[in-house]
Amino acid sequence: MIREPLIFEISAKGKRGFSFPRLDVPAENDVLRGLPLRDGIEGFPQVSEIEVTRHFTRLSQTNHCIDIGFYPLGSCTMKYNPKLNEKIAALPAFASAHPLADADLVQGNLEILKTLEESLCEMTGMDAFTLQPAAGAHGELTGMMLIRACLTDRGNPRRFVLIPDSAHGTNPSSAHICGYNVREVKSNENGTIDVDSLAREMTDDVAALMVTNPNTLGIFEADICAISEIVHKKGGFIYMDGANMNALTGIARPREMLVDVIHLNLHKTFSTPHGGGGPGAGPVGVRKTLEPYLPVPVIGKKAGRYVLDFNRPKTIGRVRSFYGNFLVIVRALAYILTLGAEGLREMSEIAVLNANYIRKSLEGEYHLKYTCPTLHECVFSDKFQKEFGVQNIDIAKRLIDYGVHPPTMSFPLIVHGALMIEPTETESRRDLDMFIEAMKQIAREARENPELLKSAPHLSYVRRLDETRAARAPVLRWEPVSEAEK
Amino acid sequence: MSYISLSDKDKKEMLARIGISSMDELLISVPDHIKLKKSLRLLPPLSEPELVRHFQELGDKNSYSHYLSFLGAGSYDHFIPAVVDYLSSRGEFVSPYTPYQAEVSQGTLQIMFEFQTLICQLTGLDIANASLYEGATAAAEAVLMAHRLKEKPKVLVARSLHPQYREVIKTYVCNLPIKAEELDCASDGGLDLDDLKKKLAEGVSGVVVQSPNFFGAGEDLRAAAELAHSHQALFIVVVAEAASLGLFQAPGILGADIVTGEAQSFGLPPSFGGPFLGFMACAKEFVRQLPGRIAGQTVDVEGKRGFVLTLATREQHIRRERATSNICTNQALCALRATVFLETLGQEGLKELAWQNVQKANYALGKLTGLKGVRRKFSRPVFNEFVCEFPKDWDGIHRSLKKKGIVGGLGLGELYPELRNCALFCVTEVHRKEDIDRLVQAVEEALR
Repeated sequence: MIREPLIFEISAKGKRGFSFPRLDVPAENDVLRGLPLRDGIEGFPQVSEIEVTRHFTRLSQTNHCIDIGFYPLGSCTMKYNPKLNEKIAALPAFASAHPLADADLVQGNLEILKTLEESLCEMTGMDAFTLQPAAGAHGELTGMMLIRACLTDRGNPRRFVLIPDSAHGTNPSSAHICGYNVREVKSNENGTIDVDSLAREMTDDVAALMVTNPNTLGIFEADICAISEIVHKKGGFIYMDGANMNALTGIARPREMLVDVIHLNLHKTFSTPHGGGGPGAGPVGVRKTLEPYLPVPVIGKKAGRYVLDFNRPKTIGRVRSFYGNFLVIVRALAYILTLGAEGLREMSEIAVLNANYIRKSLEGEYHLKYTCPTLHECVFSDKFQKEFGVQNIDIAKRLIDYGVHPPTMSFPLIVHGALMIEPTETESRRDLDMFIEAMKQIAREARENPELLKSAPHLSYVRRLDETRAARAPVLRWEPVSEAEK
Repeated sequence: MSYISLSDKDKKEMLARIGISSMDELLISVPDHIKLKKSLRLLPPLSEPELVRHFQELGDKNSYSHYLSFLGAGSYDHFIPAVVDYLSSRGEFVSPYTPYQAEVSQGTLQIMFEFQTLICQLTGLDIANASLYEGATAAAEAVLMAHRLKEKPKVLVARSLHPQYREVIKTYVCNLPIKAEELDCASDGGLDLDDLKKKLAEGVSGVVVQSPNFFGAGEDLRAAAELAHSHQALFIVVVAEAASLGLFQAPGILGADIVTGEAQSFGLPPSFGGPFLGFMACAKEFVRQLPGRIAGQTVDVEGKRGFVLTLATREQHIRRERATSNICTNQALCALRATVFLETLGQEGLKELAWQNVQKANYALGKLTGLKGVRRKFSRPVFNEFVCEFPKDWDGIHRSLKKKGIVGGLGLGELYPELRNCALFCVTEVHRKEDIDRLVQAVEEALR
């Protein structure tokens, strides 16, 4: 395979890939007098358009992606990204709209925002939504800020936030940036929150419990109502991390779980592309009590027209510029309008069916620490394979040779050597079976030829990469090689 | 339509393999009293042709695209080469996740590495991350980073920093032991250096200055940096109009410790405000406090070069509440667009882009201030935005322009009460001379 160089290594003086129209106003050379200007940009690339095209096309061919094959990365909900939604988001009426245009010139955009807010309210049972947060973690921070603002209003923001030990790392980090200290709640032998220890931890100084439901093991927190009542009784709030709503949409609503605040990930449940790590969107829904604190602006309606409402005395303020990742929002609404209520319920049901099919098919081959029923994902571990000196990373890397993206590794932290598998609803039986066969084959290889796994992957563009070296002696940018070094 | 790939037979056989007979049994762990008893009240599903028509109708309710617009203020109209849309739409870039498994993500990772390099070259600093959400949260992250590094309670924020960026900083710091204090604006539109000197007493972690600032004016970064450094404060430069970096000296060369901001101008359409592209670069010694993902170079077992996500011990999935930031998903595909954009324009193209912006904006500024009663508000040199003061209320002029199909500048009276009757105009390379002349004529007519 051709090794694709860095663009800087094929750059040569004077080349360019784009030409501008001739300047059609008289040039004035001294308009920037007094400002320090730069004399070129050292090392900046100079290449032709075909060189750029080949560079990115070749690099693209080294990526695994949903469009190529199975991508069961747990907690990430790697479902198919409908092409139709890409086409709609690219319509010039949406893509070219300036965010500071008068509201009367962008009524269509405001209607899209409002319609998505209302749809998400219906799906979750919340009373209001803000679509501003740019991703899940940003939603968590926004949600925690709402709780803090409300408690501050009541006289005491409190000091602690409770978070289960199975939670995603963004939860404690978001709580911390919101000025809270984190107290970990231990999971019980079923992998869920232990109600008694929660009751002990829940004091008058706890602002909220952040809970993921179903949790990161794919297990539904069946005691959620009892848990919520304990927290509410002490004046705290329930924050639900809705990253796993792909398991519950149309089946159960956070409202009935007595949740006060929730964020959703449009790039998970609502099919918007992950883009190699973003952009996403992390809308936040709240109950009435917290609505006055929502970030500005809020989309309102006045005399049949949509307006941006900035007059919100209790607002936490702005959490970002403008109104959110609008083109992501457009895609999510297109998805919801395509599926409708029945389609959304089917989406969740099949996501659960596919995950349980994989779980059942691999039980016995891989260790399952928690055996209670799971929903949209299942978490195995490398315990059986460890006997042969094989770890989860070796299993993951060997899967690459079978044309499958590895599951999420080493998370949640309460399962040592975790392999977290989330197939999503869009996979075919054939792809599920291919994955199951690959996993079984790898389990055999672990017994018979562990070296094959430890030296995997064998068939990828690069072989196993040295991550320790990358961190110990960081090379984080390209630098020109001087003549002397050459 | 729900994009499901299972046949009825598949479903039945799969349920059988699991050992149950109905879907309901799959959901047994969800208590009955929580389960929805009826179906969600949503609009009936639409087929592809219906959906396209529906969104076209929604788009038709946006009349903005029929107007000649001179709005900027944090969202900029620039040409986007066709190659940017074409390459960034490839499924191999659109549909993978964060590159946790480096061996099957070399494309994404190498592009992140190139993006980081481009940002370093543009800002004149050593290290850059792989992106942040957008400019305002990036500025807030820079403030938090300065506080982690210096642990002093105060940050000073220029009044000429984008008002929305200032609001976001305020939202972020109000729950933390950090106080954001405002720095005055001088009469020439730049930072009031005397005010900076005065407020730089003990206890300042960082000084935040935007250049070109919200009024389009280039700041005296060197002088502000020297002042900040003489009081052991970090100097943070925010760049909201990244195209300026094609011509303006790199802030890192002028003394910035952190350069952060918005790179929407690099190949992203205005998109009604998002997704945009936050970026951040810093000096080498601060890398352990840098928020966000970073790609690094390494080798594989055969000694071949490859790229991985690195320095993860800064991040939330390892460090949890002690992480440098809570950010996980960033704006990777936007960073990829910027990388295609910058590599296509290249050294010469980026300079030409910046030069044309300066020329066109200054042409418009000259023409507008040639009108009777219209004043250039600030004397500092401008990039592609400028402030004009009018002899009467801007709202009336704005309404009159709208009737002629023009969205003029942004009225500043609400954001800056001291700038009553003032408006901020943005002119870029997308505006032809005749567009500018049309604006000037319409303003002249509005003033009659």
